[in-house]
Amino acid sequence: MTAIRLPEPESAVVARRDVIVKDLVAMLGATSVIADEDGRRAYETDAFTAYRCMPLAVVLPDTTDGVAQVMAYCHRNGIKVIPRGAGTSLCGGALPAEDAIVIGVSRMNKVLEIDTPARFARVETGITNLAISAAAGPLGFFYAPDPSSQLACTLAGNIAMNSGGAHCLKYGVTTNNVLGVKMVMIDGTVVEVGGAHLDADGYDLLALIIGSEGQLGIVTEATVRILPMAEGARPMLIGFESTAKASICVSRIIASGIVPVAIEFMDRPAIEVCEAFAKAGYPLDVDALLIVEVEGSEEEIADRLGYIAGIAQELGPSSLIISADDAQSAKIWKGRKSAFGAIGRKADYLCMDGTIPLSQLTYVLEEISNICKRYGLGVANVFHAGDGNLHPLIMYDANNARQAERAEQAGADILKLCVAAGGCLTGEHGVGIEKRDLMRVQFSDVDLAQQMRIKSLFDPQWLLNPAKVFPLDGRPELTAGVADPAVAAE
Amino acid sequence: MSELLRPAADWELKSMLAQFGAQNLAVEIVGAGSKRAIGHPVQAAALLTTASLRGITLYEPTELVMSARAGTPVSQIEVELASRGQMLPFEPLDFGAALAAPVGLQTIGAVFATNNSGARRISVGSARDHLIGLRGVNGRAEIFKSGGRVMKNVTGYDVARALTGSWGTLAVMTEVTFKVAPLPDDIATLVYTGLPEDLAVEMMSLAMGTPFEISGTVHLTPKHAARIATAPVGGRATSITALRIENFMKSVRYRKGRIMEALKAYGQPMELDLEASLGFWAEMRRLVPVRFSDDILWRVSTSPRKAADLVATLRRHMPVEATYDWSGGLVWIEIPDCADAGAADIRRAVAIAGGHATLIRAREAVRREVEVFQPQAPALEKLSRGLKDVFDPQGLLNPGRMYQTM
Repeated sequence: MTAIRLPEPESAVVARRDVIVKDLVAMLGATSVIADEDGRRAYETDAFTAYRCMPLAVVLPDTTDGVAQVMAYCHRNGIKVIPRGAGTSLCGGALPAEDAIVIGVSRMNKVLEIDTPARFARVETGITNLAISAAAGPLGFFYAPDPSSQLACTLAGNIAMNSGGAHCLKYGVTTNNVLGVKMVMIDGTVVEVGGAHLDADGYDLLALIIGSEGQLGIVTEATVRILPMAEGARPMLIGFESTAKASICVSRIIASGIVPVAIEFMDRPAIEVCEAFAKAGYPLDVDALLIVEVEGSEEEIADRLGYIAGIAQELGPSSLIISADDAQSAKIWKGRKSAFGAIGRKADYLCMDGTIPLSQLTYVLEEISNICKRYGLGVANVFHAGDGNLHPLIMYDANNARQAERAEQAGADILKLCVAAGGCLTGEHGVGIEKRDLMRVQFSDVDLAQQMRIKSLFDPQWLLNPAKVFPLDGRPELTAGVADPAVAAE
Repeated sequence: MSELLRPAADWELKSMLAQFGAQNLAVEIVGAGSKRAIGHPVQAAALLTTASLRGITLYEPTELVMSARAGTPVSQIEVELASRGQMLPFEPLDFGAALAAPVGLQTIGAVFATNNSGARRISVGSARDHLIGLRGVNGRAEIFKSGGRVMKNVTGYDVARALTGSWGTLAVMTEVTFKVAPLPDDIATLVYTGLPEDLAVEMMSLAMGTPFEISGTVHLTPKHAARIATAPVGGRATSITALRIENFMKSVRYRKGRIMEALKAYGQPMELDLEASLGFWAEMRRLVPVRFSDDILWRVSTSPRKAADLVATLRRHMPVEATYDWSGGLVWIEIPDCADAGAADIRRAVAIAGGHATLIRAREAVRREVEVFQPQAPALEKLSRGLKDVFDPQGLLNPGRMYQTM
């Protein structure tokens, strides 16, 4: 695919490649620098695989100091930097550029401290999301945000994208669970924001850093909240003959005063694929399936699931299955969490990530179906219904350039629909390159200029992940290293 | 102070700020003004209140979301929420009683501008965590928006959250959109008496490590406890430590039993029923334990592990009464009036423990001299200064309120 324009690489930087690699090796040692073609190939894309680009070089520092040295070097020499966690971004957030150095934090993956009385863990950010919970688990605690890629994705990437997950209905997203960070600025300065206490002092810089898609700095250490594990958790499956009924059911559950830990939604195409993959016992004769999970003791769970079942019964569900045991619960979640992978076995797909107000759900799902029909493409829906975060998977054949282009167009139409319905372009995946050119659908020039001023404050030369998030046109003029977007906007 | 301004629309506020900008005159920004005595006194040509920006603009109980114009009183919002069985989960404090200012007038904009959260913050998050979108006018007299009305939104930088806790120094909020939550069916409170501070913090931390979703943990030293009126806790001469449990009735009964069992070593607690619990936690929300007096009041945020030590260290220099919230992560420290408000000793103790201290109550003359907010490390201060420039390059909005030279 070629619809998304990427800036021309600076040939002067590319021409200095050998010198730059030598300098990097001198700084970090040969084992931390990847310069050969095969080695770099592993870093040429992320999970938004339609776009690829070989970076100038890849460095994998072991320490914050190593990151700081490389950043300072890049700053001095005007070289672009692409921060990278595990490369699981679905929006091209970690896509390299020919004239850029990838700084990966994957080797910095230690747990530094776990304090259960104060309920925090301090970790290096190259640690995977799941490894934090694995380390806290034996103490009875866990780290709450749980993106589907949690086995592979790093905390660094979660922080960059403000990742969510199925259980954020109750526990919030990354920004609600990070208390402090150690961040390397583009000039190599290391700043510490927040700490083990619940509210950082001064302006809320954490709010800006989390979700800034690696454009403000590289976070190398973080203090995250850990929570005691619930006594137990159990999902139930509620199948409906129509998506309309399913969405009414979601509204009624929430209005009833119960906030389940998760409410997930699947449509028929998704149910079929996931059931074939996970054999979770999903009903196959329904148009919409809800997975509703509650937590507590055995009795508390039984009580709440009974109450939710009562709400569902009023709507005449086609099926209503309460998970019988932990093994079945695991299968139910395995089906949901492997949905993207399972659909990927059938077809190539683009995964959208718009969020909408729940009241618009039925209308938006119908429209999504119409849009995809118009482009002659199939679509499956698997998403977090409790918070309105949709994930339509537009299926296409990547070897068919025309289909690929249509898929991108359908995706853009769907995201515009989400914004028009009162929602937003991305609920948890990020903007990256994928949605960069749609930002004006959601934001005015004033809104964007204000955000770009923040970018310029942290990174005056726009060296960090520069081709992402903001449309390429209308950006600040970079003169003498100082950028004022107002100049460009006028 | 010559002028009082009450804009009633975004465009009116924009044109007012544009005029001040043209004349390079500073403006003091307030909601109802109940927290006006916090921070350095602001020197400004005019006082601008959001009080005329009123009204709930969106309420979707089935989506747990509400939007309101910034000057809407919190009291009005809570009545509307209660009518649908919902609430502001982070239970913002009312500073009126602590600052000898009007009670019950606080605006919703001010709640977010000061990131004002009460006891339930420990389990559900702060005001900041619940903000999902806002509209406002910055110091460049530009109307902007950030976030939206949906729960999950990572489109662009999180400017809305970045403005929480900025005390009106970056922009004037005109409309805020936030998450709400269902009211619990039942509430119970376990009150332990006579525990020393270190044991109380230890117990609260232990309680927070259980899976029973305790939604409030406070410890009051004897003088603070004596100010509580709710029976049967009120009027005691001993310290009290309170744990709140909220859920449906059967669950509350079950969890209460499990918690008492887990905390057996700390004694037999009093049990407050729903009504008494509502009374007690409402007093906490009104900051009754630290109600107005000539004493100095500090708010210290630290790790629960360090809280009791920090207070013990201070006691070597001065008499201290303390109310611990957030299982010790937040300490309200009351000390007798003195020249520097105890700043030197408190800042030193906080530097050792980690965290930060804000001077909440002191005479105006003292607040003029003493750093009210925690002084920052140079690299952070540079970023703060830069952020001020991004939003308010002329320094029109609440100049000096947080940091004297900003």
